Amino acid sequence: MKVSETIFNEHEVLHELKHYLPAQAPLMDFVHHNTLHAFQNLKFDNAIYSASAKLGYRVSLSLQEYRAFYASGRINDKVLERIIMQHRGVDQVSEWKAKLLTGQYHRQHPRIGALRNSWKREYKIDLDSLVHPLLFRILCSYLDQGISMWNFPVWNKGLIASLREMERGSFTSFFRRSRARKFLLGGQADMKFLLNLLVGDESLYKQYLFDQQFAHQGWSGMVSAVEDQPQTLLDHKKISLHDLITFELLMEIDALDSQFGENWLPLSKVMQIRPVDLFADVPVTELDEVTTLWQAAFEWTYYDEVLKGLQSSKKEVNQPASTSFQSLFCIDDRSCSFRRYLENVDPNCETFGTPGFFGVEFFFQPDHGKFYTKLCPAPVTPKYLIKEVGVRRKRKKDVHFTKNTHSLFRGWLIAQTLGFWSAFQLFLNIFKPSVSPAMASSFRHMEKESQLTIENKTLLHRENDLQIGFTIPEMITRVEGLLRSIGLVKDFAPLIYVIGHGSSSVNNPHYAAYDCGACSGRAGSVNSRVICHMANHPSVRTALRARGIDIPVTTQFVGGLHDTTRDEIMFFDEDSLSPANKINHRVHEEVFLRALDLNAKERSRRFESIDTNLSPEEIHEKIRVRSVSLFEPRPELNHATNSLCVIGRRSLTKHLFLDRRSFLNSFDYRVDPEGDYLFTILKAAAPVCGGINLEYFFSRVDNQKLGAGTKLPHNVMGLFGVANGIDGDLRPGLPSQMIEVHDPVRLLMIVEHFPEVVLKAIQKSSETYEWFINEWVHLVVMHPVTNEFYHFKEGAFSKYIILKEQIEAVDDFTHLLESHTENIPVHLIA
Amino acid sequence: MNSILQFFILLPLLGFLVSLFIPGHKENLLSKTTFGIVGLHMISFQIFLLYWLWNGHPTLNLKEITLFKTTGYEFFVDFYFDKITATYLFVGSLLTFLVTIYSRYYLHRETGYKRFFNTILFFYLGYNITIFSGNLETLFMGWEVLGISSFLLIAFYRDRYLPVKNAVKVFSIYRVGDVGLILAMWMSHHLFHENITFLKLNNVELVHEHLQGHSWIGIFISLMILISAAAKSAQLPFSTWLPRAMEGPTPSSAIFYGSLSVHMGVFILLRTFPFWEYQLSVRILIGLLGLTTSLVTTGIARVQSSVKSQIAYASIAQIGIIFIEVAAGFEYLALFHFAGNAFLRTYQLLVSPSVVSYQIREQFYNFIPHKQAAKDSLPKKLEYSLYMLCLQEWNLDSFMYRYLWNPIKWAGKKLGYLTTPKVLRFFIPAYIAGALLFYYEEYVPSELHDYLPLLFSIIGLLMVLKSFTERIHARMSWILVILNHFWVALSISFNEHFEFKHTLLYLSGIAVFGMFGYFILRMLKSREGSIDLDQFRGYSYKHPKLAFAFLLACLGVSGFPITPTFVGEDLIFTHIHEDQVLLALFTALSFIIDGLAIMRIYARVFLGPHVKSVYEMAYRSS
Repeated sequence: MKVSETIFNEHEVLHELKHYLPAQAPLMDFVHHNTLHAFQNLKFDNAIYSASAKLGYRVSLSLQEYRAFYASGRINDKVLERIIMQHRGVDQVSEWKAKLLTGQYHRQHPRIGALRNSWKREYKIDLDSLVHPLLFRILCSYLDQGISMWNFPVWNKGLIASLREMERGSFTSFFRRSRARKFLLGGQADMKFLLNLLVGDESLYKQYLFDQQFAHQGWSGMVSAVEDQPQTLLDHKKISLHDLITFELLMEIDALDSQFGENWLPLSKVMQIRPVDLFADVPVTELDEVTTLWQAAFEWTYYDEVLKGLQSSKKEVNQPASTSFQSLFCIDDRSCSFRRYLENVDPNCETFGTPGFFGVEFFFQPDHGKFYTKLCPAPVTPKYLIKEVGVRRKRKKDVHFTKNTHSLFRGWLIAQTLGFWSAFQLFLNIFKPSVSPAMASSFRHMEKESQLTIENKTLLHRENDLQIGFTIPEMITRVEGLLRSIGLVKDFAPLIYVIGHGSSSVNNPHYAAYDCGACSGRAGSVNSRVICHMANHPSVRTALRARGIDIPVTTQFVGGLHDTTRDEIMFFDEDSLSPANKINHRVHEEVFLRALDLNAKERSRRFESIDTNLSPEEIHEKIRVRSVSLFEPRPELNHATNSLCVIGRRSLTKHLFLDRRSFLNSFDYRVDPEGDYLFTILKAAAPVCGGINLEYFFSRVDNQKLGAGTKLPHNVMGLFGVANGIDGDLRPGLPSQMIEVHDPVRLLMIVEHFPEVVLKAIQKSSETYEWFINEWVHLVVMHPVTNEFYHFKEGAFSKYIILKEQIEAVDDFTHLLESHTENIPVHLIA
Repeated sequence: MNSILQFFILLPLLGFLVSLFIPGHKENLLSKTTFGIVGLHMISFQIFLLYWLWNGHPTLNLKEITLFKTTGYEFFVDFYFDKITATYLFVGSLLTFLVTIYSRYYLHRETGYKRFFNTILFFYLGYNITIFSGNLETLFMGWEVLGISSFLLIAFYRDRYLPVKNAVKVFSIYRVGDVGLILAMWMSHHLFHENITFLKLNNVELVHEHLQGHSWIGIFISLMILISAAAKSAQLPFSTWLPRAMEGPTPSSAIFYGSLSVHMGVFILLRTFPFWEYQLSVRILIGLLGLTTSLVTTGIARVQSSVKSQIAYASIAQIGIIFIEVAAGFEYLALFHFAGNAFLRTYQLLVSPSVVSYQIREQFYNFIPHKQAAKDSLPKKLEYSLYMLCLQEWNLDSFMYRYLWNPIKWAGKKLGYLTTPKVLRFFIPAYIAGALLFYYEEYVPSELHDYLPLLFSIIGLLMVLKSFTERIHARMSWILVILNHFWVALSISFNEHFEFKHTLLYLSGIAVFGMFGYFILRMLKSREGSIDLDQFRGYSYKHPKLAFAFLLACLGVSGFPITPTFVGEDLIFTHIHEDQVLLALFTALSFIIDGLAIMRIYARVFLGPHVKSVYEMAYRSS
């Protein structure tokens, strides 16, 4: 935040406000991002303490929590001392250690809200409770996507213009008194004019607006997000933060008028003390310094162990004579254990990780769908359209969601008929949960039997400015890019699977957050099918051969989708397999199914309602039931506990038990000596993995203000957000059920390459570089020849000395899984 | 068969008491106890139901226990069972059973897991007392339990501002309903000269005979019952509390505000139907109220854009129709409609989070852009007006403020100059003077004597008004609440001669719990510094045990059926004559505001965001 100017510039202030407000899109398009993105231009430590002092967020664990971790050994003493030494110097260790362990500190009151609080102090008026309920209700009704039966009568003109029209043409009014209404109707709703009435001192306008909007940052953030991306609401609504503020100012004037008549003085005239400038620099306190040291010690205790594990891991794997199959997965941390089990069940297979849109970016239109869905990372805007055709299955309906139940006479009939059926339904749902139309199911994202328009026949074949399908040259670039980036350029197996992922849950407004982040919060099934079609295309194969990637004719790519909640898998286009591959595929299918059972068992250790000692098959059945149970707020744990991102060959991690905490992106430095593909990987991995990690981080440390709080009382607002009760602010961020097992540590990214190459790669784009130089993500490079580690700090790499002496090895980690519910340290798999 | 009825009350009572002693971290034991008790209750009831039906479904009545008896007055607990009880119990036990199983998993790891199941059992106890009640006094007992458990469930997330604010709001509406019930009880004492049982109300001749020549008394009683029913069932003008009660975990909202709690108004109408059956004007009034409510709230339901408020208003509209059905005498239809509506709304609320994925999918495949008429016209003007009115809930909330709360606050503010020393300086001499007058009553001139009860009850009322609007001093507010009861006791003592032990009975609970509460407040003040009432202080965050103890004190002082004061309150009222409407009104008002002031102190001091942990608390608006 810049130093506030004396002269109020409306445009600039709005711009800055939008920057600071929560950027979460409507639920349907939930994509993880750094919750404190507005502060990303600062170093992590400065940023979070500044955010905390200004906006009142909690940005770290409490001292008690750190101290408890230290007492239980989760923060290592040696690491702690080294951290203090590095930050404070050798001679300060004992002094600072004492502060860390026993110091007593208090946080100052946050600055936000101090100015607007003067209304309460000076006028004894609670503006928020006079304005918020109606304001929220109007906003919600205006933006509503299909809950209400009677839509906002005027919606296509922008909020202020619509309200003006309604006020003009109505016998009643949203206002209590006439003055504010006159302002609105007479066009005197200029922001500066209204602020002059309310605040009276131009140098305070900006701070006043921040106070006002951060009193309901959920709604303001939603308005701002919809203003910037109107397409994120299927039923488009024209709205702007400007209109919201104008209307809110009018409502505030009206509330004051209704209490005091028209002759009250502006805030600046009655205010006794001028509050601290919200935008002034925040001095670093000793508490901040202590917290920084604790957090670093907490993070490096874990990182140190991971690095030791990577170093101890057997590098050279005896390559099997022939690879049975190869399989590509999303880098998602949930694929981590699934891949381990596949390799475990069939030691001859080989697995790879890459962002789950598999390098193909497009809009998708399901058969009979009225809209397009984006299937690639959120910042990308694709130029292509893939259409689904030939769907025969009908969608099932559930009458409980129909609006007829809410009307008077039909409701009367329905209550006396369907009502009794509901009791029966409820009974079934509790004692025998099963698949229902209420569910969000990953397998229904695209029908297995449908066809896709993947190949572009003629460049004229376009729809709404999008090209339908990809041309052959476009396919070649994408397939080549994908294969080179993961280092799969030779030794192709007869079958190569490309497995996207999605999730299924019921009673879960945050369902989109559980799907593939690289596909904008959708399942990755279409992408896997599309890339396989491309890679199987004879013309593409020919062209690739010319570029040195010789895929045997007998090799076939098969698309698939892994449901991470139910641990189920579905393959696509199996009919097009050659007879020999069909036989192979049937064998591999068994491998996949077995691995899924085992994966379900590993996941179950976090679920208290499932006994992890049962057989994998029994547990798997319980996991499936869990995904369709109305009463289960944790269908799966999504990205909880994520903390690592390894970019390198699978041989680095193949023999490590990483406890599903790592994003794994396959990369072979030998294929990419210049770091060109590495740059592409980092450009995507830093914001995607870093964004996921930081959203979990901040939702965990402040679940009340940066997270959504517990989901149990949530009420769905207009289909785009959740709130508590009916008069509450929207709650962006993650609910407590998603983050409760998460340890707030920043992402450690480990790249296998030469430090100088990596340095060049991260510096190629300033946006990517910001993540590393400002330490929102930690970066360590593993030297491929010497196996030594280099830590990136202050713009340069320096050697990292591992403190951990030894990593434990286990033969069979089943026992470990069955006996622990908390995080399991890194283990070597013997 | 009669004596089995008490089993259905004792079982939930036992379950509730047991659940209080289970440690909070034993989730499994807690939830199993709860659904075990509720399940056993449900199954034994269903067996009993079959047996009862087999035996020709007779109406059962059990005079359980006489709590207090004196000449011309008997306070007894009475249980009753007929088809209304059977239907309500069938629906209630089934839903509570299903929802406790549901919550067992749903609430896993939630802070307050124990509190939740305690409150569910407490609610279930109140529900059973109410539906089994055989007279108004027993019903009132259950009614009070329902009110408190509702308050606790709405304020389940007690560290946030809105749940606490809304809990207080709902509690105050319930309290209005309680006035209705107290006054109805008072008048019916005078009408029947006894605590009449519902069984006797079925006797048409008896009711008719008593009402003869007292038709206005009949109408008065019916109106009071109607107020109480309308408040409990969220009919006009009270409707806005229902959607705002949806602050707790979804299953608790589903069962209480979606189904059971909100149909209790219907229950009391069904129960007292024989009483007003022949009062045509009352029946028309109830029908009209139901009709107006259903029309208005259907409109409000249509504009709701949040899923829970939509269900809430749709449910109110159906209850409006049930009111019409009851008024028209279609008892079976009303019972059937109640059951269907309760099941439907519970289920709809439970699946409400699914609405996002379901409706967005529907929208994705079936979206038709809506069109807008271009021209200004009268129908459009009407449309806009109606839409805006519905969106503002017909200003019902500000209506309640303007005509109910603001006058009370206004009156209280007029007493702003009073401080604790001033109050004490006035109270002690004045009360001594009053007591002396009472002692030398024979010397008091009779013209003056007639006015004294009213005068003292007004002083009492002023005390609670001041207490209710006190912005700063928690302890003074508390003392005033207690003093109010002393004035009431003095006032009634002048009104009619009765034994001193009646007064003792009445004041005993108040004095003991009052001192207990004062002691807690003093302790808290010495530990925390400020406990002023100007904002929610949220001390339950740091002192959960003190909070619980203080809640007990509040219940004791507000005449909750855990002290003899509960009987005393009823007894006091019988000493107000049927022609002393003003005295009855003032006394009733002071009881109501008294209850409100007490819960307000509790809420302000112990609930809401903890003032000293700004960083740990949610935003006020969330």
